[in-house]
Amino acid sequence: MSKKKFSKQHEWASVEGDVATIGITKHAAEMLGDIVFVELPEKGKNVKKEGQAGVVESTKAASDIYTPITGEITETNQSIIDDPGAVNKDPEGNAWFFKIKIKNKSELDELMSKADYDKFAKENPN
Amino acid sequence: METQKTALYEYHKSLGAKFAPFAGYQMPIQYTSGIVEEHKFTRSEAGLFDVSHMGQLSIEGNTGLISALEKIIPIDLRNIKHNQLKYTFLTNENGGIYDDLIVTKVEKGFNIILNAACKDNDYKIIKKALGEKFKLTLHKDLSLVALQGPKASKILENIISGTSSLKFMNGKNFSYNGTEIYITRSGYTGEDGFEISILNNMVEEFAKILIVKGAKPIGLGARDTLRLEAGLCLYGHDINESTTPIEANLKWTISKRRREEGGFSGYNKIKSDMNGELSRLRIGIKPSGKIIAREGTKIFSVDGQEIGSITSGTYGPSVNGPIAMGYVKYNFSKSKTNILLEVRGKKYNAQVYELPFYKKSYVR
Repeated sequence: MSKKKFSKQHEWASVEGDVATIGITKHAAEMLGDIVFVELPEKGKNVKKEGQAGVVESTKAASDIYTPITGEITETNQSIIDDPGAVNKDPEGNAWFFKIKIKNKSELDELMSKADYDKFAKENPN
Repeated sequence: METQKTALYEYHKSLGAKFAPFAGYQMPIQYTSGIVEEHKFTRSEAGLFDVSHMGQLSIEGNTGLISALEKIIPIDLRNIKHNQLKYTFLTNENGGIYDDLIVTKVEKGFNIILNAACKDNDYKIIKKALGEKFKLTLHKDLSLVALQGPKASKILENIISGTSSLKFMNGKNFSYNGTEIYITRSGYTGEDGFEISILNNMVEEFAKILIVKGAKPIGLGARDTLRLEAGLCLYGHDINESTTPIEANLKWTISKRRREEGGFSGYNKIKSDMNGELSRLRIGIKPSGKIIAREGTKIFSVDGQEIGSITSGTYGPSVNGPIAMGYVKYNFSKSKTNILLEVRGKKYNAQVYELPFYKKSYVR
């Protein structure tokens, strides 16, 4: 897998060929608290960069999940629907959200590196 | 208005609490282990809750106090026993609820626990109803902590001898480090437990001892999931100035004499609610899948008619699934009635559920 890139909406994208795997960051999972419900987009759906592409619910509230990249959803992670708590345990690993066929690779350049994101998350904790 | 802090604020901070403003107070929502763990710990061991934001009002007086209070509170204050607690309301002219209360009969009169967001308004309403004849004190010098869970009794008995023999919904003065503190066997979690009223300058040391003896601090987040599993109402959500106690399915709180005689604010509406056909009723709701239906979610009948809305909804950690409460048209309020919940534009199956979601284990 390639290096992860990060968005200001606290998602990460990991690119392999023309497919990106998307998930939420460790920081986001910590901020959300115990995740108890996940809703993912349908396979085949076209989503737009920064558009809504799922919902996570903690014991406290519902939060929208945004895609950092435009494209078509090719796969979703059923295991986090069955066990939403997995998102708290391994948000940047096994608990990925969906895979997307990248429409425009230049969008990747607009995302942050790990170091830049860590700095961003520290300055924008919510 | 500046956000207020309870006497335990610094202590919560030292325990790693995440804070959020609640009713004008900076309150701990959760600690480091998170809401689900805190919830489960309260159900299996003992949780310590800081509820000092709530109002602690005392009313002193004898002659005439009971009849004056009965004009705004629909319980039988003539027959309440010394040191007994009753759950009741401050009702408004339309039969709605200004606040829900715990009233305790004590030596000098009554103690009343008020919701934080309502306490100043409650004070005005009570003051107006009682006039100058009685002494009212909203105690700013007192903290209130709740110790809840199956181990609560053993932990507290270890520190203050005699507390374990208190019966549910009863209280008593106990001596602690040379000071009198008032302890009741009550709570808001569906577990056995206690609420302890103690001076601000003693509360931190007291909390530390409870934790050394095995309790863990629990935030308002788990307090909400615990009370919803227990089917208990949250003021401002499940009950408010437009819901009557009868619509809220809390008729049991109004004693026989008061139901028949009335003589309290809003009795006409409450009487017609009791005698006529109720327009709506508060119910428990169990969504069929994993979908969480939050406050404001619209409720539909299976044939598509809008029949009500949800007033509280979350994930219940001990139920291990979503739970909710809300109001539906009376015809749809029977347990096991199939209903639909509209979440983010889609309709999901659910059923009317007989409360509570989690069975209580109070000590009677």
